[in-house]
Amino acid sequence: MKKLNLPKLLIFVIVFYAAIQILYSTEMMNGYILHIINQSLIYVILAVSLNLINGITGQFSLGHMGFAGVGAYVSGTISTLVFKINPSTPGGMGIFILAIVVGGLAAAFVGFLIGFPSLRLKGDYLAIVTLGFGEIIRTIFNNIDYVGGPRGLLGIPKFSNFTTITVAALITIVVIRNLVESSHGRAMLAIRENELAAELVGVNTTHYKVLAFVIGAFFAGIAGGLFAHLLQMAHPTQFGFIKSVEVLIMIYAGGVGSITGSTIAAFALTFLSEGLRIGIRAIADATGLPIGGEWRMVVYSLLLIFIMLFKTEGLMGTKEAKLIRLKEVE
Amino acid sequence: MGAIFNAQQIVNGLQVGSIYALIALGYTMVYGIVRLINFAHGDFFMLGAYAAYGVFFAFNALFVGKTGLMAFVVLIASMAAGGIIALLANQLAYKPLRYKPKLSSLITAIGVSMFLEYFLSALPAVGPSYRSFPDILPRVNINLGNAVISNYVIIDIVIAAVLMVGLTLLIKKTTLGKAMRAVSQDKDAARLMGIDIEKVIAFTFLIGGSFAGAAGLLAGMTYPRIVPYMGIQPGLKAFIAAVLGGIGNIPGAVLGAYIMGLAETFASAYNSLIGEGIAFAILIVVLLVRPHGLLGEKFADKI
Amino acid sequence: MKRLSLVLVLALVAASIVTAQDIKVGGVGPVTGEAATFGVSTKNGIMLAAEEWNDKGGLFGNRKVKIIFEDDKGDPAEGATVYTKLIQQDNVVAIIGTVMSKVTLAGAPIAQAAGIPMISSTSTNEMVTKVGDYIYRACFIDPFQGTVGANFAYKDLGARKAAALFDIGNDYTKGLAENFRNQFLKLGGQVVAFEGHPFGATDFKAQLTKILAGKPDVLYLSDYYNDVGLIAKQARELGFKGQMVGGDGWDSPDLVKIGGKAVDNGFFTNHYAAADPRPIVQDFVKKYKAKFGAEPDAMATLAYDAANIMFDAIRRAGSTKGSAIRDALKTTNLNVVSGQVTFDANRNPIKSAVIIEMKDGKQVYRTTVNP
Repeated sequence: MKKLNLPKLLIFVIVFYAAIQILYSTEMMNGYILHIINQSLIYVILAVSLNLINGITGQFSLGHMGFAGVGAYVSGTISTLVFKINPSTPGGMGIFILAIVVGGLAAAFVGFLIGFPSLRLKGDYLAIVTLGFGEIIRTIFNNIDYVGGPRGLLGIPKFSNFTTITVAALITIVVIRNLVESSHGRAMLAIRENELAAELVGVNTTHYKVLAFVIGAFFAGIAGGLFAHLLQMAHPTQFGFIKSVEVLIMIYAGGVGSITGSTIAAFALTFLSEGLRIGIRAIADATGLPIGGEWRMVVYSLLLIFIMLFKTEGLMGTKEAKLIRLKEVE
Repeated sequence: MGAIFNAQQIVNGLQVGSIYALIALGYTMVYGIVRLINFAHGDFFMLGAYAAYGVFFAFNALFVGKTGLMAFVVLIASMAAGGIIALLANQLAYKPLRYKPKLSSLITAIGVSMFLEYFLSALPAVGPSYRSFPDILPRVNINLGNAVISNYVIIDIVIAAVLMVGLTLLIKKTTLGKAMRAVSQDKDAARLMGIDIEKVIAFTFLIGGSFAGAAGLLAGMTYPRIVPYMGIQPGLKAFIAAVLGGIGNIPGAVLGAYIMGLAETFASAYNSLIGEGIAFAILIVVLLVRPHGLLGEKFADKI
Repeated sequence: MKRLSLVLVLALVAASIVTAQDIKVGGVGPVTGEAATFGVSTKNGIMLAAEEWNDKGGLFGNRKVKIIFEDDKGDPAEGATVYTKLIQQDNVVAIIGTVMSKVTLAGAPIAQAAGIPMISSTSTNEMVTKVGDYIYRACFIDPFQGTVGANFAYKDLGARKAAALFDIGNDYTKGLAENFRNQFLKLGGQVVAFEGHPFGATDFKAQLTKILAGKPDVLYLSDYYNDVGLIAKQARELGFKGQMVGGDGWDSPDLVKIGGKAVDNGFFTNHYAAADPRPIVQDFVKKYKAKFGAEPDAMATLAYDAANIMFDAIRRAGSTKGSAIRDALKTTNLNVVSGQVTFDANRNPIKSAVIIEMKDGKQVYRTTVNP
């Protein structure tokens, strides 16, 4: 049986984690860079989990941030409105983890509901229906005064930090990677390649399509919860369809089906979007041209088009990095 | 209940539906042939409105007293802007990806959409601010007793009807239309029959884009306020209307658009929360019952 | 080419000399995305204020103010990133911004934790300044304008039946409408309809038809000018002849451009009247028009005021230390475009409101209301 070489991956992550911590504590890296890394890691969770639904099982979902929204609001409600914890509350960390997991479970339940249309609908039709579901979820948050309505859910305690987010991202990658290489994952890939053929060879397509939605939504919910506890707020507009598209872009820029690709693209695109801020300012300062932040997204969108035109299969294609390739074990 | 279901609300719903219909016509045609959710379609709509705005202010002085002629020139300008940009987007961004996985074209379409919005908004000559759209034709309200209808609503409905009939004739009666249908059903077979499918697709984008441009002009006149981001919501709603009616089906798109317009109006009048989500709710219900839309044909899955 | 590179080198050298003395202040606003029009006005206001201070010699006699302006796209996540960048990467001494409450609320905890004073120009949500003692604002809070609007509609206009229409996705418009309703009911009036519309809507006739069926004397429209222009037009088309009341979101030259004659017989609460003879007002309107080719809207005015309040506090603090600037902000007593400003214990400005009437497409000063 093939399995992920967990010790090797763990060593890599520990080295990465320690390096960042050392750089940060010696002030060689400032809080801004750390904040972008945190954000990138949350996007890693979102992109890898969407990749399970979209890249691996081939179910075109445009409502991924809706799941993240459920996770953010449910976990935020538990930590902020029910238990009213803050980082100095004794046992606060335990409640935080509980809140995040319950948020993930709630998102998974919504994923279960949304998985059902996928039984009847395919491709673009499914995409538009999942988009619709995402927008309906957002509209509901907007109209529940208990969680702030259009004011957003405010005053969420800041529990997310580099450590919690790294651990969550690692768990996501390990779980989804192992799943993909298991017999369940093979069934999901078979659905992507040819649903009818998969059914003919005895794959329970109904079961696996819904399973992909449930697991993908669970991790998206975790990411949403972490995001809310990082920003200390949740707002309906953060979970709209434009945001889902951002995550979708990551999995396609990284390579459909490649978990390595999703991970790299989450980092690359998050850093790119911030790097353009500094780059455009440098150009403006050096040339005296009256250009400012409004050109940042123009460049971003052009780069996106070029990546798709010249690197159509995404950065990684369907390949995985050596680090998370599987190894034969007894 | 009287304020929710009455003659005035029906007029209101028809007005909303007309704008959706105008955008959905081009959307469904392009989608029917290339099977690409062209997220930039709403932006062709926006470009049409801006082109009309620019041309009106550039040449208005030359057309004093010739309102009808001016309106015609502005219509041509908006259709040209929408059509040409759609054609360019196809040639530069979509065509190279035609035989690549379909979803990479989709991401490219999102890129094109973002580019058009951000670029116009960054351009100093356009900018991100709202602009008031001129009254190109005089605005007249007609009192029908228990409802008021604006001449713009009538214009919108008439133009939507004319375009629907024209498009249906184009597709059913002309050689180009025949080629379009062939490409839509089977690209490879169409090529084997000697159809230059790239040419057909290019024409489709030109026509679809120019419809979107015309819709932009009409929306600008009806709701006299334009902004570079104005195409996002109507584009999405029009796509939903097209899916609702059955993708690629011309009368279906119009039917879907009016159903959506009326449903949104009644629902908004009933409760604003429901009004915002009703379009999606109807879509989900219809697709679960009829996965190919109201008038869509069911094709057998290819094996 | 050689000359160009020489110029570049000189520019860089010059820049580095100046930078040594510059006082860096962060500016934040949405200059892209669907709120970009507000962000651009905000940026203009801040830039104009900074330019004026620099023309007068800057702060502390010889140090220029350098504004580092960042785009938040109207997105809370982006806002948090931008605040972190300004504080950690650019080491700004203070921040002016941002526009939307939801984004300010993502940035304020970061500024508070880092001890960097900030003043939001237009975030009206009450929670904003409650984040901590480093957080100030230059605008009214939600309850104030809604209450003033209701009093005016009931007492001055003599309205007894009112209806409200607002953007359900926007906390500012919803907050104003709710406070209007509460006060109008308290005064003994009747609210015949209280309706929302989705963000980005252009057709409001469904809601208006329902609203007008209740035959209100007055419509309370708490949206921004871009929506109010369309709403007014459609309400008039549907035969509404009564008065309309709104908040400072109305204050823009584009209100009349979009709404035309339909906005006549409309009244709104604002920070100042453009016709106010005070020199600071006249000077601001004139300079803004000359520099940006348009009349200032409320966003630009408040950003200009916020920047002036912050620069004045830095000057009085005599230092760029966060705690010193914070303490100086607390004792602000400054004459700005929107009047004489002091802060209450919750770091909200205490200043009067004016009511502007729209008459023949012009803003006419109607009355002043003290808090």
